[in-house]
Amino acid sequence: MKLAKSLVLFLAVSLMAVSFAYAGKDLDAVKAKGFIQVGVNGGVFGFGMPDEKGVWKGLDVDTARAVSAAIFGDADKVKYTPLTAQQRFTALQSGEIDLLTRNATRTLSRETQLGLNFVTVNYYDGQGFMVPKALGVKSAKELDGATVCVLPGTTTEQNAADFFRSNNMKMNPVVIESTSELAKTFFAGRCDVLTSDASQLAGTRAVAPNPKDYIILPEIISKEPLAPAVRHGDDQFRDIVDFSVLAMINAEELGITSANVDEMLKSTNPVVQRFLGVIPGNGEALGLDEKWAYNIVKQVGNYGEVFERNVGVNTKLGIERGLNALWTNGGLMYSPPFK
Amino acid sequence: MSTPTQPTREYLAAPVHKDGAVAWLRKNLFSSWFNSVLTVLTMLALLYTIPPLIKWAFIDSVWNTSAEVCRDIDGACWSIIPRNIKFILLGFFPEGQEWRPILAMILLLGLVIYSKERHRWKKALLWYWLVGLIVMGTLMYGGVFGMPVVETGQWSGLPLTMMLSFFGMVCAYPLGVVLALGRRSKMPAIRTLCVVYIEMIRGVPLISLLFMSSIMFPLFLPDGMTIDKVLRAQVAIILFTAAYIAEVVRGGLQAMPKGQYEAADSLGLNYRQTMRLIILPQALKIVIPPTVGILLSAFKDTSLVVIIALYDVLKTTKVTLQNPNWTGYSTEAYIFLAVLYFIFCYAMSSYSRRLERELHTGH
Amino acid sequence: MPSAVPFWRDEAKRAIVFQLAAIAIVFGISYYLFSNTQANLQRQSIATGFGFLDKEASFEIGESLIEYSAADSYTRALLVGALNTVKVSFIGIVFTLILGTVIGISRLSKNWLVSKLAAAYIEVMQNIPVLLQLFFWYAIFYEAFPAPRQALNPFTGLFLCNRGMIFAVPAAHPAHSAMGWTLLAVLVGGWVLNRWGKKRQAATGKPFPALRITIAAAIVLPAVVWLLYGAPTAMDIPALRGFNFKGGVTVSPEFSALLLGLVIYTSAFVAEIVRAGIQSVGKGQIEAAMAIGLRPAKVLQLVVLPQALRVIIPPLTSQMLNLTKNSSLAIAIGYADFVAVTNTIINQTGQAIEGVALIMLVFLVFSLSTSLFMNWYNKKMALVER
Repeated sequence: MKLAKSLVLFLAVSLMAVSFAYAGKDLDAVKAKGFIQVGVNGGVFGFGMPDEKGVWKGLDVDTARAVSAAIFGDADKVKYTPLTAQQRFTALQSGEIDLLTRNATRTLSRETQLGLNFVTVNYYDGQGFMVPKALGVKSAKELDGATVCVLPGTTTEQNAADFFRSNNMKMNPVVIESTSELAKTFFAGRCDVLTSDASQLAGTRAVAPNPKDYIILPEIISKEPLAPAVRHGDDQFRDIVDFSVLAMINAEELGITSANVDEMLKSTNPVVQRFLGVIPGNGEALGLDEKWAYNIVKQVGNYGEVFERNVGVNTKLGIERGLNALWTNGGLMYSPPFK
Repeated sequence: MSTPTQPTREYLAAPVHKDGAVAWLRKNLFSSWFNSVLTVLTMLALLYTIPPLIKWAFIDSVWNTSAEVCRDIDGACWSIIPRNIKFILLGFFPEGQEWRPILAMILLLGLVIYSKERHRWKKALLWYWLVGLIVMGTLMYGGVFGMPVVETGQWSGLPLTMMLSFFGMVCAYPLGVVLALGRRSKMPAIRTLCVVYIEMIRGVPLISLLFMSSIMFPLFLPDGMTIDKVLRAQVAIILFTAAYIAEVVRGGLQAMPKGQYEAADSLGLNYRQTMRLIILPQALKIVIPPTVGILLSAFKDTSLVVIIALYDVLKTTKVTLQNPNWTGYSTEAYIFLAVLYFIFCYAMSSYSRRLERELHTGH
Repeated sequence: MPSAVPFWRDEAKRAIVFQLAAIAIVFGISYYLFSNTQANLQRQSIATGFGFLDKEASFEIGESLIEYSAADSYTRALLVGALNTVKVSFIGIVFTLILGTVIGISRLSKNWLVSKLAAAYIEVMQNIPVLLQLFFWYAIFYEAFPAPRQALNPFTGLFLCNRGMIFAVPAAHPAHSAMGWTLLAVLVGGWVLNRWGKKRQAATGKPFPALRITIAAAIVLPAVVWLLYGAPTAMDIPALRGFNFKGGVTVSPEFSALLLGLVIYTSAFVAEIVRAGIQSVGKGQIEAAMAIGLRPAKVLQLVVLPQALRVIIPPLTSQMLNLTKNSSLAIAIGYADFVAVTNTIINQTGQAIEGVALIMLVFLVFSLSTSLFMNWYNKKMALVER
């Protein structure tokens, strides 16, 4: 049977898809492969989603690109694996991906029980409620008996249930897997309330048929520090991911942008010189090229640029910096010294 | 329920016009009072639904505009399709290389259409397919003749749907035949294993197998070893389809008269020869139509990979709908997809009917 | 030695070796995967076992046939999901049978228009993936209907809005359960009566109108019970209070979309089966039945249906099972069926293996019990055939 031959051929081809990650250091494995495999959401506008041409865009995507720029000096050595909420941790644990930047909330149980290391938060979020203005609701405490649109199986769903229970209220959940479907059902009036991370509420409101008809209630019922995650076991790789995020924040603190970074190379400020690798040391300490931070800022930008580009006030999402402003502006973004 | 006509009626009735529009109408639409009422009611229902639909789809609609224009019209916004056609059909395939998947798909369709005629079912055909597959694989993967390498992770949209269906069918078929033979085997252990496998797979929904492949299977592998998730889903589809094919093939094996086995035995053929030369060629031939039915549903079922975040053509459409510019035109996008699937499925099912007719008269 | 056949040529011995090898391979692979899994779970400190079932679920479920709140256990949440699956499958099967039969018969109609429409329906609906149909119907449901405050109210007691269809039901009263029990008693009595009637007909040749008596009793007796209880007429009429309608019965859009999608898709297949079944009865059979003077209804009842059903039932069963299995696609449009609930639980606990195993187990139980029933039924039908 010639069929058998083509079968063998197919098996041979498919065997190429089976890959053995190097046991031991993840960094070595990543370097040997020549790219980072990153788990992303794939369905949240502004955080991780392909555009019309199939190019990945978003805050989480740029975080991954920063890591790539740090390791390879090229922000585009990234391969993306879109994951559902339930696949994301398994994918990281099994080694299918090297890095998870999929707006995952850092929690104690995830860090300990799932064997993950979360690094510096790249977006501070919190869960809120959005309602149509016409409903006349001013506080989330008035939502007894409401129909609530919520994404299933996330901390969001649990938080909402907890909030209603602790306030002795009844809720009527409508759970739909996809963010956009959920938003559409909400605007169509299928639910009274949409609950989600505040960032997404803002983004959702921005695409409403008439954004002025909706208000976001003042209550923020949870803390959602969204952070990239890596596996337990390779501290060096963890450090690189951690400081790649921090480098973007530090660059903003130092006023270095992708536009002026070449200028800044000539800066006489030793802090800037150390950051950009003009005074060597940082790169060697991390096991990277001394230009690593320069590459991040040059190719991806500082945190402020990344934020404004993907989710900021001039985008469809129109999110204010808020908690995600630098600490000097009343936010939580704070980088330790780069020395 | 159709009640039988009195056979004598035709001779007793007054002669009517045998042709012409009036006669046709009378015969086909107004043959009895019941039929007349039925016709009138159906017409009314159609009149009520079709014109607004046409107005929405064709008259008030726009075909190639920006999303802003769509906000102000009442009709369908078909613009979502041409404006996003590249991503919907080809997903992440790099820009400037679009001709490669398109050419590969045309090649695949060409081969399929060429293989439709039964008189071409010869050994040479298998070689054509082998060459065709290699060419398609090269086109998709690249790496030679100056074509940049495109990783399998970037194969998405329609090529992914086609790949999942095609390999799902091609690999499931031999596996299904083996399982069917196993189920009919005289060896109790083999038989039990096959029965358990077939009944288990047929008893659970495909989605549970896809869940298994996407969230359970990584836990089965030793530390550090991973298998591409498209491949895992592909395997799930193969395993699922094989169980159904096995049942169809078993039907064919059971339909073989005992005399065929006895004749083979009396010629001194062993089990393998009996199956390969006598039983399978006949059994597989009579089950061709139901097999095509199984393959057809395998093709439709590939759309379920949406649920495990693979970017098949349904997922790319949904992602397009997630873009704030295009949110809200789901009806248009889904209708487009429905037409796309319909064309493929209709072609396959009418082909299966043709084969059924041909094979039927062949006896 | 008389038996010069070496053992590898001896068919019986070879079979044993072959089977042992197969079993060894299967067990070997299972053991390999199992030990890998053990190691992985330990390394990643993922909990194992079904201990989580007793823990508090702490998530709400949109619709439930039984009392449920976030404070209940995972077990109860799973039960809610399973009941929702049973609900949508059962109602879906009933509607599919009705719609499929109507369309299958329409396909055979002599009316050109009706026949062609039925053909178009079958062709189109069979060839569009059911998941796509579900997405489509769900989008239609919440986009086309108004918000609760502008709910359509075609007549008193019925509201249509994007929260679903809300209709009035008789207010709870002990009379209702009494009527239900009466009806059940009548049905059981009717069944016994029918058997007795058939036996008598076989013995004496006198037919007994068991069916008509049963139908009459099924209508009259519950009504009598209702009157005995004082003829309660109070209705539970839904009213807009707060955010949603209170009172009455609500059919959610998720349920409706799932039901509609499954019914429309599956009924196209059922129509084909019904058509083939009816066509499988030879024309001569019908002519012969007419020739011995049976009326059309009797021809249908005594000649066509018994033969057509034998052809129809087996493929019909597999379509019903398909519908049940396809109901698992509920997860894509937010109906809380068993798979959707389990999916949420997997997300919360991280125990994917247990979750997927539960899904498979529940559907296997559904499928295998249906298969057993159908095998029994097929045997019964075969006996009738002589």
